[in-house]
Amino acid sequence: MSIPTRRTGAPGLAGSLLALAIALLMGGAMAMLLLRGGRPALSAADWAAVRFSVSQALASALFSVGLAIPVARALARRRFPGRGALIAALGAPFLLPVIVAILGLLAIFGRAGIVNSALAWLGWPGIGIYGFHGVVVAHVFLNMPLAVRMLLHGWQGVPAERIRLAQSLALGPAGILRHVELPMLRQVLPGAILAVFLICLTSFAVVLILGGGPRATTVELAIWQAVRFDFDLPRAALLALVQFALCAVAVLLAARWSAPAALGAGLDRPLTLPAPSGWRNLVDGLAIALAALFLMAPILVVVGRGLPGLAALPPGVWSAAATSVAMALTVALLTGLAVLALGGAAGRHSPRARLVETAGMLPMAASSLVLGTGLFLILHPVASPARLALPVAVLVNTLMALPFALRLVLPAWRAAEASQGRLADSLGLRGRARLRHAILPRVRRPLGMALGLAAALAMGDIGVISLFASDQGATLPLQVWRLMGAYRTEAAAAAALLLVILSFALFAAFDFWGRRHAET
Amino acid sequence: MKAPFLATCGLIAATLPAWADKPVLTVLTYDSFVSEWGPGPAIEAAFETVCDCDLRFITGGDGAALLSRLRLEGARTEADVVLGLDTNLTAAARATGLFAPHGVETPLDLPVSWSDDLFLPFDWGWFAFVHDKSRTPQPPASLAALAESDLKIVIQDPRSSTPGLGLLMWVKAAYGERSGELWRGLADNILTVTPGWSEAYDLFLKGEADMVLSYTTSPAYHIIAEGDHSKAAAAFDEGHYLQVEVGGVLASSRNPDLARAFMAFVPGEAFQAAIPETNWMYPARTPAAGLPAGFADLLRPEKSLLFSAQEAQDLRDPAVAEWRDALSR
Repeated sequence: MSIPTRRTGAPGLAGSLLALAIALLMGGAMAMLLLRGGRPALSAADWAAVRFSVSQALASALFSVGLAIPVARALARRRFPGRGALIAALGAPFLLPVIVAILGLLAIFGRAGIVNSALAWLGWPGIGIYGFHGVVVAHVFLNMPLAVRMLLHGWQGVPAERIRLAQSLALGPAGILRHVELPMLRQVLPGAILAVFLICLTSFAVVLILGGGPRATTVELAIWQAVRFDFDLPRAALLALVQFALCAVAVLLAARWSAPAALGAGLDRPLTLPAPSGWRNLVDGLAIALAALFLMAPILVVVGRGLPGLAALPPGVWSAAATSVAMALTVALLTGLAVLALGGAAGRHSPRARLVETAGMLPMAASSLVLGTGLFLILHPVASPARLALPVAVLVNTLMALPFALRLVLPAWRAAEASQGRLADSLGLRGRARLRHAILPRVRRPLGMALGLAAALAMGDIGVISLFASDQGATLPLQVWRLMGAYRTEAAAAAALLLVILSFALFAAFDFWGRRHAET
Repeated sequence: MKAPFLATCGLIAATLPAWADKPVLTVLTYDSFVSEWGPGPAIEAAFETVCDCDLRFITGGDGAALLSRLRLEGARTEADVVLGLDTNLTAAARATGLFAPHGVETPLDLPVSWSDDLFLPFDWGWFAFVHDKSRTPQPPASLAALAESDLKIVIQDPRSSTPGLGLLMWVKAAYGERSGELWRGLADNILTVTPGWSEAYDLFLKGEADMVLSYTTSPAYHIIAEGDHSKAAAAFDEGHYLQVEVGGVLASSRNPDLARAFMAFVPGEAFQAAIPETNWMYPARTPAAGLPAGFADLLRPEKSLLFSAQEAQDLRDPAVAEWRDALSR
């Protein structure tokens, strides 16, 4: 669907220049890593880190998606009061700062937590939360909701005609499974598994706290340890290259698998799958209830434990909160400007648009610590990294948010160009006027959501900032981590609750801004 | 759009150095030193009454992470004084060339003889595994017995933490060539490895682990501050490795006189009297009033182990590699 284009100078140019800048920045960071990556040999422990990264990410992805199947299926075919709210709440763990999630999971699955107390009361042996399975449990908690949403989209994407055909053929639940659901899953599952795999491959805070020993170290954590513990920059650079290679392979695989072919065209009228009765009703109810319990309990525990201490937070927490909010807002603002600039160049189909879009997606292949290490190597000879901690964290978080944001906004942008582009052209709308009248009203909703995501993720970030920051109290998540370390459990829970409130509030504010004036 | 703009300004302002009247002495130390109940607040107050300055603590994780941070920042560091390295790190710290002589000659009460122009001890103690007598009534009596037991322990990462590194040296001093074997035996006892002492001790107190690598003096905290006699340090047959915690002046300090004045203050009564009941270690110089009563009940190991700074430096890298490889299996 190629739109005849009359190139309008300024916005497209800004986007192309920005794309070039991103490509140069990424290239510069990678060149620096290549330049400094010393000994080509990895030690036995480094190989163990590579194996652990891949195996925990694979297990996390399989469990997240595997457990998401019955939940998404139940949500797809059942209608009950509160279903919409439940699906909305399923998004919460994705926005939840990782450190808070860990705090909640420790309170439930830790050795002195609720589950083990119950097991001890029953006289059964306890379960551990440290090491491989602890990391996997935390990753499933954080990523299962994402998997449920992706699979739910799959179920909702089944064309109504196909369901009607199944009904007219009087297919039972087994028949529907075989002829409708399995073909859909075969197309949706690889993308979902790879998406979760990629997120878990670059996981940092979970592994830092629940893993950490030589037996449970990911490459991402090994990079951080090489810088912070050993100050061995060549080794950090080498590990960063290894991490980049792992991610690049995963991204290429994901790009290959994540484009779901349609299950035959339909007229886009919603129709839900028939809901079988009997024992299947019970199973669906159980799947939904267990998932809700698993996903909500840790959050509720943090809220419950944090509330009493909220009034008497140590003063350092408030200043850290101010820093974090300022950082998150700056990241959102920069992400917004970058998306608008890149959209101007990539919003219409053209060869240059593909290049610009690819540049915007580049950060997907680099983890935040890979980028952080590259920037560290560039900056360290000229300035004290600690002084640049916040600006660098803002830059890296903006880069990391960009692929998500583009993925959300670009489809709407292209749709707006397709429907309004000719009219805008004939009216001679270009530059800011075109953006304001033709595009923005139509991309506002995904843009609001993307900025909310960028702000919430920046709010909870603990990776890059802990690579650069010297004083651990710099941001709110670091302050929570520090309070946890100083065995001030109550203050840590209260600070964690504040972090949750601020993260969700930032997301909600941007999301609301997006919805308020959206015309589509 | 005004709010993000203001926020950006705030962000820039926050990164600018603070402006103050009095000279500022910046002391880099480990996390638990500056916690509310650590020695930090008392020492800050005591020194500020005599120096007409502003004493500011900055932290950088646990003891061994301090050295990485100094190597990372080099002469650009804002710190004037560092507190919290130990004898296992002083040779590496000396080799950085970042330290200047402290100029203090006050006699000290250490279990070992001391003479070092760059590094001045401020406290010392024996490493030990601490347990809860009600949960573990029969603790193991040696490192080897611990390795054979089913007990879950928490230790610290030797690359970031001085107790973690101390345990590596402890095992080396006791088992020499056979230390890799002992680590392979200990591997299944290790619940997790934390970056610093605080995190590990917290996990132990929360009941996550049966024993934690800490000090023979740690039970004194529970006895004196909490009236709780349930915590104890287990005596090990191999002997206990010593830790001597030291401080030093950075050559890059912009307040060298103030920094040396602080070093002279370290072996003084005000600093040393604060150590036993805030850092829960033996003071480098016994205060006039002697040690607090709770210290009399503590384990006094019969055999002390300690490598010289140079031996520890030579052993460190191979020992860390051996530890990583043994534990990553």
